[in-house]
Amino acid sequence: MNSQTYHKSMALTGEPPKSLSIGQKLAVLLGLSGLGILILAAFNVNFPNKTLWMTLSLSAISIGTIWFSWDAYSQKIPGIKNDGVWFKSISSRGLWGWVLGLVLTGFYIVLYFYPEYIGLVSEGDNKGVIGLFDPLSKFLSGNPASQWFVYGTLYTVAILVFGIKFLWKFRHNRYERLRTWSVMFFQLAFAFIIPELMARLNGDKILDGGSLPYYDLKNIWPLNYYNFEGYRIKAFLSSGEIGFALLIFGILSIFVITPILTYKYGKRWYCSWVCGCGGLAETAGDSFRQLSDKSTFAWKVERWVVHSVVVFVTLMTTAVIYSYLGTDTSKYWLTKSTFLIGVAVLLTLVFGWAMIFKRDQLQKDAQYGAIGYFVIIIALIGFHFFSGEGEVFLFKSGTLRKSYSFLIGSIFSGVIGTGFYPIFGSRVWCRFGCPMAAILGFQQKLFSRFRITTNGGQCISCGNCSTYCEMGIDVRAYAQKGENIVRASCVGCGICSAVCPRGVLKLENGPLEGRIDSNQVLLGNDVDLLTLVNKK
Amino acid sequence: MEHIVIIGNGIAGVTAARHIRKLSDKKITIVSAESEYFFSRTALMYVYMGHMKFEHTQPYENHFWKKNRIDLIKGHVTKVNTRDKLLHIDGVPNLHYDKLIIATGSKPNKFGWPGQDLDGVQGLYSKQDLELLQQNAPNNNICKRAVIIGGGLIGIELAEMLRTRDIPVTFLVREDSFWNSVLPSGESEMINEHIREHHIDLRLGTSLKEINSDVKGKVKSVTLAETGEEIECNLVGLTAGVTPNIDFLKDSGIELGRGVKVNRFLETNVEDVYAIGDCAEQREAIGNRRPIEAVWYTGRMMGETLAQTICGHRMEYKPGHWFNSAKFLDIEYQTYGWVFSERRKKENEAHFHWRHTKEKLCITIAFDKDSETLLGINTFGIRLRHEVFDRWLSEKTTIDFVMEHLRDANFDPEFYKNFESQIVSKYNSDFGKSINLKKKNLKRIFQLS
Repeated sequence: MNSQTYHKSMALTGEPPKSLSIGQKLAVLLGLSGLGILILAAFNVNFPNKTLWMTLSLSAISIGTIWFSWDAYSQKIPGIKNDGVWFKSISSRGLWGWVLGLVLTGFYIVLYFYPEYIGLVSEGDNKGVIGLFDPLSKFLSGNPASQWFVYGTLYTVAILVFGIKFLWKFRHNRYERLRTWSVMFFQLAFAFIIPELMARLNGDKILDGGSLPYYDLKNIWPLNYYNFEGYRIKAFLSSGEIGFALLIFGILSIFVITPILTYKYGKRWYCSWVCGCGGLAETAGDSFRQLSDKSTFAWKVERWVVHSVVVFVTLMTTAVIYSYLGTDTSKYWLTKSTFLIGVAVLLTLVFGWAMIFKRDQLQKDAQYGAIGYFVIIIALIGFHFFSGEGEVFLFKSGTLRKSYSFLIGSIFSGVIGTGFYPIFGSRVWCRFGCPMAAILGFQQKLFSRFRITTNGGQCISCGNCSTYCEMGIDVRAYAQKGENIVRASCVGCGICSAVCPRGVLKLENGPLEGRIDSNQVLLGNDVDLLTLVNKK
Repeated sequence: MEHIVIIGNGIAGVTAARHIRKLSDKKITIVSAESEYFFSRTALMYVYMGHMKFEHTQPYENHFWKKNRIDLIKGHVTKVNTRDKLLHIDGVPNLHYDKLIIATGSKPNKFGWPGQDLDGVQGLYSKQDLELLQQNAPNNNICKRAVIIGGGLIGIELAEMLRTRDIPVTFLVREDSFWNSVLPSGESEMINEHIREHHIDLRLGTSLKEINSDVKGKVKSVTLAETGEEIECNLVGLTAGVTPNIDFLKDSGIELGRGVKVNRFLETNVEDVYAIGDCAEQREAIGNRRPIEAVWYTGRMMGETLAQTICGHRMEYKPGHWFNSAKFLDIEYQTYGWVFSERRKKENEAHFHWRHTKEKLCITIAFDKDSETLLGINTFGIRLRHEVFDRWLSEKTTIDFVMEHLRDANFDPEFYKNFESQIVSKYNSDFGKSINLKKKNLKRIFQLS
């Protein structure tokens, strides 16, 4: 009976802390009017002055969002602002949450599969929404807009305005603020402006007359799964020294820069400070972080799915590169066979190192999985050599690439990853789908100075840390045992530490010694008992 | 198979059960009238504030208990028959035990105020109290004002909770400054300011005379003792401390004081009956601790200790250095070792106090006047590393040493502004010293050779 009355009273509407103030209502109206312009444009209402109307639309959306946040946070004392999160329909999988989820999902389906509905015209002038963005695109790169330019612009606006919201919300927390400035900067400069300006160099003589592929420099393979495809390699190689340097940078990014930074700081240097997917999750997705699934079952699904994606992307990329390499060593040192042997050697080295030195730090099913995956890949490579020329492994590289791009690149990262923010939380893609996060996570777990230190015995098991972990890590499960948190999936957003009411958690880079095996747990008892308690 | 029955599924009882399971194959049953599964009591406030749903306060998934073969019974124990080792439980057949652990926690204090049992008067301790609060104060239409009696940790939490729903709160504190029986005056004063900053009507040095009823037996107002002023309200929160929840043990033959009397082994006067957590009362206080410690951490530590005794390593309850923490609205508080308020301070205890000029940050370090050894530290708005202070207390370091190595003890998130140099320069000027602050050193912090 009690639990019923309790839910009933929770369902009362329009009261603090879930009600909107008059200012917030007006701000919502303003933001929606900005979206309204885009929707009218999508239905082919012809706006005479495109520059003006696009500016009006983006300004209304931005000012509306910023005004809303100002109204929400500016008059309050700095501190944690989670009042009413689970009462508000939009942030607790209520009606508005589902509506928003459907709208976002619909948007992604149109964007990926039916761009003509928002005005993409392959021959001649764009119409609709895309047409509205033509002037801005021409101003930046000199070319007409595409659906990706529109998406990129809206994406950047979202990170900037919700970034400002986040900066106010966490104005007492310098770690959160610096991290947010960082993702805002990388999105605006690296993902949005620099690639557009780089496009202006195409055909110029500093590129030897070549054309660079579109390249967001912070987008690293395998997140950027297409980086080493034939057409891009050709473009890089045809663009003089700059092109060659960028290609080398792409290779160094994953094999040298990434391991060094991850060793020093954990994968957070990328996932919550630089990455665009992470950037959107941390800003626009912040209101939904509490919706991630914390069950051990979800964790198990996560490990299998995300590592399968890594295997998939490795196979796919190997196949694609293989398909355009030659066989004649006299023409070019890197041939089909040397490449495959190289891949096999590299995988064996990494796998061997992990199994020999770090075996005990892996979950049982992670061990089985790793062995399984390793056997499959090596078998495929071996199989190839025995089966002679023809397709790579058993697959056509083109088919493999197409299915990856459809399943992972579009459906997983876009439709599910972002469209379902209000249902599954803001990091579904990063947690279950991103192969880059998985590779960084593998390193973070096994070879990094990063950990979340648990402060002795101060945990009261309240559950704020676990609830607000966007990656679905049950942080409390470790904290209440006095154990450090060393998890492959942790993106280092720092929110667990921020929401902890007792100062229990600290993200830090420290010595490898004693990082995981925190046997010297300090729970407040005298030492004799501790030795007994710690005995397994 | 020996049957261990635990009454109460709070942190003490559940910790005992978990550790007994780790150490043995005994049959374990937990009986609770409050909730089906273990939840974090200290997190109830966040459910009312909408930070979490109730299920988020449950530290273990529901399948945990079956997997670990810990049986759960929901029911109220009405009587303990120690002669036949039987528990009488409402609506459930009698339960036989081989060993009994009493871990029934506390209940809110009621000091016999007129009107204390009226409709709309409540404490804040149990899940049922939270549900009652949902009815009594769902919003500021039904609850136009709340009056909170008792300036301690629960009182300020209740005030914070009600303010998230914009319910006006009057907070009656008997002392002339918030929680100054525990906190030194500088700290207590800072919290007074912070409470007022949150638009809470803080009345210091004010106590309750009576609670007045309307015609339906519902609370209408309270009358103050000092001025006779009447304050209209729809909710009265009684938060003047808690007392052990042991009424059902009255005729059981188990020796009771304010709580269940236990020795250092947490054994009661009756064989095979033990008590832990909030409801246990030590026959003699341990060190500076109170005989009854209603604190999350001590409940957990007693549970760990008793599990050893029950599983054949009979062991004294030997808590290490005192520590505790709380959060006063937006200000986090941590304490390690002993810092007493002016009222309870011992003769040899001296204090060093620093407070930030603008922000709500301060620390107080207690040390021995003669030997200058560290006695304890309180911090507000600055996090400290438990392990480091625990070590310094064990090593009986001097306050000079603490000042010199203060950076090692900081536990604030990365990139936070640090105040160690300000603190040390105040220390130097207060005591005529010339301490040089050392750089943070990972080798010292993590005790690496």
